[in-house]
Amino acid sequence: MADDTSLILMLVMPFVGSLIAAFLPSNARNAEAWLAGCISLAGLALAISCYPHVAAGGAIHSEIQWLPSLGLNISLRMDGFAWLFAMLISGIGFLVVLYARYYMSPEDPVPRFFSFFLAFMGAMLGVVISGNLILLVVFWELTSIFSFLLIGYWHHNASARDGARMALTVTVSGGLGLLAGVLILGHIVGSYDLDRVLASGDAIRSHELYLPALVLILFGALTKSAQFPFHFWLPNAMAAPTPVSAYLHSATMVKAGVFLMARLWPVLAGSYEWFWIVGFAGMMSLLLGAYFAIFQQDIKGLLAYSTISHLGLITLLLSLGSPLGAVAAIFHMMNHATFKASLFMAAGIIDHESGTRDIRRLSGLFRFMPITATLAMVASAAMAGVPLLNGFLSKEMFFAEAIQTHEVSILDTAAPYVAVVASAFAVTYSIRFIHGVFFGPAPTDLPHEPHEPPFLMRFPIQLLVLACLIVGIVPGLTIGPFLHSAVTSVLGPQTPEYSLAVWHGFTVPMIMSVIALAGGTLLYLLLKDYLARCEEGPPILRRLKGQRIFERIMVTLSWRWARTLESRLGTRKLQPQLRLLVVIAFCAAAWPLYSQGFHPGELVWRGIDLVFAGIWLIGILCAIGAAYQAKFHRLAALILLGGAGLVTCMTFVWLSAPDLAVTQLLVEIVTTVLILLGLRWLPKRFHMDFTEPTTVGARLRRFRDLAMAISAGMGMTLIAYAVMTRTPPETIADFFLERSYLEGGGRNVVNVILVDFRAFDTFGEITVLGIVALTVFALLRRFRPAPDSIELPEQQRIQRAFDEERPDRQHGDTLNDYLFVPSVIMQWLFPVIIVLAAYLFIRGHDLPGGGFAAGVAMAAAFILQYMAAGTTWVEDRLRVLPVNWIGLGLLIAACVGAGAWIFGYPFLTSHSRYIDIPLVGEVPAATAALFDLGVFSLVVGATVLMLIALAHQSIRRLRASKIAAAADEEIA
Amino acid sequence: MELILAIGIGVLVGSGVWLLLRPRTYQVIVGLSLISYGVNLFIFSMGRLRVNASPVLPSGAPVDPTQYTDPIPQALVLTAIVIGFATTALFLVVLLASRGLTGSDHVDGREPN
Repeated sequence: MADDTSLILMLVMPFVGSLIAAFLPSNARNAEAWLAGCISLAGLALAISCYPHVAAGGAIHSEIQWLPSLGLNISLRMDGFAWLFAMLISGIGFLVVLYARYYMSPEDPVPRFFSFFLAFMGAMLGVVISGNLILLVVFWELTSIFSFLLIGYWHHNASARDGARMALTVTVSGGLGLLAGVLILGHIVGSYDLDRVLASGDAIRSHELYLPALVLILFGALTKSAQFPFHFWLPNAMAAPTPVSAYLHSATMVKAGVFLMARLWPVLAGSYEWFWIVGFAGMMSLLLGAYFAIFQQDIKGLLAYSTISHLGLITLLLSLGSPLGAVAAIFHMMNHATFKASLFMAAGIIDHESGTRDIRRLSGLFRFMPITATLAMVASAAMAGVPLLNGFLSKEMFFAEAIQTHEVSILDTAAPYVAVVASAFAVTYSIRFIHGVFFGPAPTDLPHEPHEPPFLMRFPIQLLVLACLIVGIVPGLTIGPFLHSAVTSVLGPQTPEYSLAVWHGFTVPMIMSVIALAGGTLLYLLLKDYLARCEEGPPILRRLKGQRIFERIMVTLSWRWARTLESRLGTRKLQPQLRLLVVIAFCAAAWPLYSQGFHPGELVWRGIDLVFAGIWLIGILCAIGAAYQAKFHRLAALILLGGAGLVTCMTFVWLSAPDLAVTQLLVEIVTTVLILLGLRWLPKRFHMDFTEPTTVGARLRRFRDLAMAISAGMGMTLIAYAVMTRTPPETIADFFLERSYLEGGGRNVVNVILVDFRAFDTFGEITVLGIVALTVFALLRRFRPAPDSIELPEQQRIQRAFDEERPDRQHGDTLNDYLFVPSVIMQWLFPVIIVLAAYLFIRGHDLPGGGFAAGVAMAAAFILQYMAAGTTWVEDRLRVLPVNWIGLGLLIAACVGAGAWIFGYPFLTSHSRYIDIPLVGEVPAATAALFDLGVFSLVVGATVLMLIALAHQSIRRLRASKIAAAADEEIA
Repeated sequence: MELILAIGIGVLVGSGVWLLLRPRTYQVIVGLSLISYGVNLFIFSMGRLRVNASPVLPSGAPVDPTQYTDPIPQALVLTAIVIGFATTALFLVVLLASRGLTGSDHVDGREPN
């Protein structure tokens, strides 16, 4: 089954395993390790089974439809290069799992570790076998996220949290850059498919968007591979558990950057820009990484900087644009992964068994753990580039490339020298690591007595070191064919002739190697004493920390700038915001009028009806009065507001809109009742307090607001007048008028529009209404109102006193009988109003009325009962379940809409006919009327719910503590 | 007719905007109500003003659209009235909750210094 299914299986397995691992019990160390180990081994087996298909330079494809309309498919593709990486990921993954089983202590929550680890493995496999660039970016970001979780695994540790956050910030922002770059690339090529992108190298390089695409993609790759100037996150990520470092920071995650550069090498490389950007970053990382590594006191820190340096070497090789350079780069990716993973594991063992990673404190460990020490020595020799080890081979190829001239520039001239110096540094830090840790006098005051680790913990290192040796001695027989298939799949026809022999004779690269080895040893001898004492970090540059610069930037971005923006744009005051809103609305309306030329139209004095004018005179006075009184005389303002509402209502009647008039009138009543209910909890404010604004500023503010109000009002007048005096254009009104009776079966066009033609809008609207009512209800459920602002009115006090004087009367009797006659009338009105509501509802389809108006009328009937007899009395006798009304209404409306599906029509298609009923006559029977019933029910429920929720507040009591607090406040 | 209504709309909106910019919650709720009257009338007036036009169609007979008022703005305003009521209620409750929690009826939840 070495075809498309194996790719999907390889990708899906780790994620499934991750899910399973997450749910295993926290002490299941062995089960977890078995699970993770089996999954990585299975991945390895699948990868091996794929080899025959990719060996000859071919590729396996497999595709799952995802968003075909966008050209996005989960398309997987494995060629020789991806195969090599898949082997690396699953193979080293397995070794790391084995290692982690012994490394993690029983107190650590292992399920979390293995779950993240497997998910990371899946994401990493996804990166290398994606056949679609967008998919690649998705997995790329997943690796960033899981690496964040893995680095921050010991989240009680502050440095782990900081390191994880930094790694996430840097790599994810790089990933965003990569996404943008890939989108540009897709735009240039016209497809995100990797095969098509790889086939259009010339088109990409000659496109005008090449440079932005290149810069963005390189931003992603360089951040991921911790290349200068984004290298600083890697040393900080060393707070991760060592298995994580061994896996992520040697073999996989940081390799993703160079993997991508190699993957896109055929299409992006070869240009002047590529040479400079990649070459400069690579050279700086190579040199600085090696230099910094010498001065690290933490073993893992040393290895981290060495990783930066080695990745810099790979990057530099890729920058050259020569096929031989690419071969060397791919080869070194493999070699580095093997020796660095083993070194990280050795560092972990040292840490684990001795309790410290500080080179200054460690020494002479050889006598305690000779096998580990020997293994570490071989691995560091490979890192230093000693002959007969794999590191030597790729370094030799690198030297050979460095002395070639590729692009005449200072970078190219400097390359051989930089190469030798950096290699010498590599020798120095490798010797330092070995000599400092394993040789010298026996260590004193270590936290633990060091000893050899369990065999299985050392086993992965043995295997990797063996690989280093074998590849170093007989490269052609071991890695040769695999490297060849990887190289062919990247370079295609450009694949050069190369030789993997150990001995090429006395060539220039050989001499360079010798110089580097000798120079590095000499440098170590010179620095030895200084290094044993110095603090961490290289002299002079010690202070210039990338980490500090990064933190500066983060603070500036996320704190200072955010604060500045907030103080500039945001405000904790509502008034400026509303003011801004009014100004923006005004300008938005004024700008097109100004730019298009605005004529308000001729002023027509004819046809002014004096009665209409009189009504509006009252309306205007009411509006202004409400505005004037709203501060000190709330009741008066409410009455005046009602006056303005009534004038609006009359206007609707006057201008042939009876439906609106009915609804407005009913809503007016309910709104007034609602606000009246709320008035009692507002604080007292007397006219006596009123003083003219004293400061000039306050006075100016009032004038400014007045000016804004007047301009807004005048603007509205002008626009309204201009529109009304123009002849209307052809509108869709005619359509509705003509079809209303024929197709909607109703003569009241407004109602037919609401419940038939535009029923879906109405459906949305009643949903909103229901949500608002539930929100009101929810808010009031938890809410205790402020203490009443008004003490007992004088009248009630007299009534109380009267009750107390008379022995035959109970306390509060008089109050209960207060307004007795009106309340009896109100109670009698209950059925009358219900009949009215029914009447409004039934006639709605043909005459003014309808569900909305009927619903509000019905709600008024309920609230009238509350007003007449008090909340307690009503609720003892009448169970109103407004929430059920709301639900029922919504259900009816939805069912009526869905009913159309049964007959094969779209949602909310209505059917209408007139039925002849004996005695009653012809009645309309449209499904739209049923829909209207839903509207009615919902409106009743929503309105009653809001009114009752508010009315209920009056019988609720403040908690004693709150009352005391409120009283204190009053005194204060 | 048009002039009167236009002035009326202007005054309603103007008074509303004035109240909207005041510091007390009650003023703002009254202001919003006034603005919603003005805006409803404005939307309604987009269908042009017709006096004594029949609001209801005759049954069965063919329809001459010029004889009727424009039903679309009316349908729009009808729902606007109901939704306006809902938002007023919501605002009223928020207003009361804010008053209960902060002890102040200032829009910012605290008295200005």
